[in-house]
Amino acid sequence: MSLIHYLVLGGVLFVISIAGIFINRRNVLILLMSIELMLLAVNINFIAFSSYLNDIQGQIFVFFILTVAAAEAAIGLAILVVIFRQRKSLEVDNLNELKG
Amino acid sequence: MLEYLMSAEFYQIMLFWVYSTILIGAALAVVTMRNSIYSALFLILCFFSAAALWLLLEAEFLALTLVLVYVGAVMVLFLFVIMMLDVKIKPKSGMSMYTKVGLFVALLMGIEMIMLLGKKLAHVLPQDDLVKHVKGHSNVKEVAETLYTQYVLPFELASVILLVAIVAAILLTLRKRKDYKHVDPETQVHVKAKDRMRVIKMDAEKGNYIGGDQ
Repeated sequence: MSLIHYLVLGGVLFVISIAGIFINRRNVLILLMSIELMLLAVNINFIAFSSYLNDIQGQIFVFFILTVAAAEAAIGLAILVVIFRQRKSLEVDNLNELKG
Repeated sequence: MLEYLMSAEFYQIMLFWVYSTILIGAALAVVTMRNSIYSALFLILCFFSAAALWLLLEAEFLALTLVLVYVGAVMVLFLFVIMMLDVKIKPKSGMSMYTKVGLFVALLMGIEMIMLLGKKLAHVLPQDDLVKHVKGHSNVKEVAETLYTQYVLPFELASVILLVAIVAAILLTLRKRKDYKHVDPETQVHVKAKDRMRVIKMDAEKGNYIGGDQ
């Protein structure tokens, strides 16, 4: 398989997750999942280029992205639990207290 | 022809198409499902097929890490939170304005990427196969050699980030029990004498003993 196949795959995945962020404005949980999908698309691009250039550094970068994404998911879900305890809902439109 | 159909190259191409179709289908299901549980389960399918694609790219260590870390830890966390929170699923109320805007933005980005990859970069990017390593090549060894020499400081920093994530997640979701008897040391240190004892001036009362011996 050539590089362009993987690049197109990553691009399609990224576009789907962008659409997902707009579609699922009712639920913060699926928003977080869309962000995870987006990171997956980026990781596919990184690994494809790493394989193409025969350079391991791309894979090291993916390793760090995975670490930071795991930390982000943990903190994001904790914040989500706190929001749900206070509001009893996860709708994005309800979270506008800071709006001037 | 039959020889080609039996060859390893054709098998790899077939695997790529199968797994990428599953990946894109599962990604579409993740963003369109109304029920969060189904979304999470389809996201697990996404991670599995992405791991298979990474195996095709000979990134074995990261493929296994994806399955272990994402499917084994992060997605289980997601499922726990979904099941604990009891989120009400609201009935679908047609296409909202956000949905239209979102589809428009996605379509625009898709067209841009097709233009970039299909037209502009078509002659720059090579069409030949990706690098294949010889038999016996260890991806894990290669990753480890780079990670523990050149990137040892970022590696340590990543562990600190994970520690911060643990502390933050616990601190955010910590709730005090109702029968909590622990004394806050700060208020204990800052206490003044007048908080503890109050001197009241009042006239002495003449007591008349009832039931005394006198």
